[in-house]
Amino acid sequence: MTDVSANTVARLLESRSFVELGARQRARALLDEGSFRELLDPFDRVTSPWLPKQGIVTQADDGVVVAKGTIDGQPAVIAAIEGAFQGGSMGEVGGAKIAGLLELAAEDNRNGIPTRAVLLLETGGVRLQEANLGLAAIAEIQAAIVELRDYQPVIGVVAGSVGCFGGMSIAAGLCSYLVVTREARVGLNGPQVIEQEAGLDEYDSRDRPFIWSLTGGEQRYASGLVDAYVADDTDAIRAQLHELFALGKPLQPRSRRHAWYLQRLADVDTRTQLDAAAVRAIYRGDAQ
Amino acid sequence: MSRGLNWLQALAGGQALAGYPASVKVVDGTLGERAARYIAVVPDAENPFPRARNGEVGLLEGWALGQGLDEVIAADRDKADKRVLVAVVDVPSQAYGRREEALGIHQALAGAVDGYARARLAGHPVIALLVGKAMSGAFLAHGYQAQRIIALRDPGVMVHAMGKAAAARITLRSVEELEALAESVPPMAYDIDNYATLGLLWETLSVDSIEQPSADDLQRVRDCLSKAVADIGDSSDLRGRLGAPNREASSRVRELLRAQW
Repeated sequence: MTDVSANTVARLLESRSFVELGARQRARALLDEGSFRELLDPFDRVTSPWLPKQGIVTQADDGVVVAKGTIDGQPAVIAAIEGAFQGGSMGEVGGAKIAGLLELAAEDNRNGIPTRAVLLLETGGVRLQEANLGLAAIAEIQAAIVELRDYQPVIGVVAGSVGCFGGMSIAAGLCSYLVVTREARVGLNGPQVIEQEAGLDEYDSRDRPFIWSLTGGEQRYASGLVDAYVADDTDAIRAQLHELFALGKPLQPRSRRHAWYLQRLADVDTRTQLDAAAVRAIYRGDAQ
Repeated sequence: MSRGLNWLQALAGGQALAGYPASVKVVDGTLGERAARYIAVVPDAENPFPRARNGEVGLLEGWALGQGLDEVIAADRDKADKRVLVAVVDVPSQAYGRREEALGIHQALAGAVDGYARARLAGHPVIALLVGKAMSGAFLAHGYQAQRIIALRDPGVMVHAMGKAAAARITLRSVEELEALAESVPPMAYDIDNYATLGLLWETLSVDSIEQPSADDLQRVRDCLSKAVADIGDSSDLRGRLGAPNREASSRVRELLRAQW
């Protein structure tokens, strides 16, 4: 065994996968040690009022963990979506937990407490069983991100394996910074929905390599649509958060760069479909 | 022609501003005594993006909305009376397509949300007027950041997270099962009366001629928009949406969070 591969093996043995953690473990792992304090924990039993009417079993935290603590010694809040419950979908309760958390963090800042926020986004978007209340909650999450972002960075993390879709991908696009791993996907419309609406020729939801090539974390990073691409390693993700918080607010959030994007889109030949390389070529370079 | 375009032209008068894609109409006009900017996303059969030709909010539309809002925020920055912003909403969906996903349509729609949210926070009264469909990501990008949402009462006016066929597929139900559930679960319904029970609408208005407004219709809608501006006052948040019995959990979660903060 060469030294290089021995080092690789040692590193892999020491690393702790983040993707394999549940939402509560993820939130705890990214806050400073011992600082995690969950709000509205499962014992409060605020569950979806809408799922039982449809014969669906609820979860005591509605699939969203929200907590206060510190990150790198600074006051912080974190919201973690549990991708394993109903596909990480946003219902009324889970959505209100995230929106309310960010609203209170903004209020902290107005009162001189510099609370920052991290959002762990593993979600298919609106929970269709609570349709319009999920959509309304996402609008409020988006409003709260834009408000808080003015005071402190709001950092989104899409680690995988669910990815971040629907209205919550728009929320991801509003974050001060977005961090992804190779297991992440970020896109507005899920593959099945596109196939349903536009047909198999437009989007084959079973062609996983094709979907990953266009919407996977590596491609999004190479296209300048996210800010950091990290290994699936808890320590690496925590270190990345510290680094981004240390940078402070970005000069111009990506969601304000309409002039740059409109100029790039004007040059796109839309008569044919694009592959991953074409997208990188269009967006490459000064996207940051 | 489309409902959205008809209502935009009738309400705003004036010419659409140059410098925008044909699918995004931005018109500066008035509302009573106040200066107002009216904005609509409309069909464009020549749209270079083929999946965005029927009034969908796509890449160009999302970013262009951001442009129109950013511009008004900057222009009115030092004015005491910021322009009223009226989003005339008739959007069937976001654009569903390969080009859209590849080029990051989520980011384009974030550009629109960013613009509306910052305009509201900067002190612009923002109102959404629903004259047709207000669907899913398209509504998030164009209208859902408004402080007051007004819907015209008509079967063609609807708010939802996903079209019926796709929603049925994703939830592993038939369209018939979905419709049956919507009868007893208000947030799942597609019609405006059920939507009104969620407390998200500020007002619903009946009109005589939904496709092409009559003079009476216009007067009624203008009066309602002016009342909305007065009701907004100096507020810049979305709190007016909370409080309906069918959205009780949204308030309760916030109260508990505050208590445990």
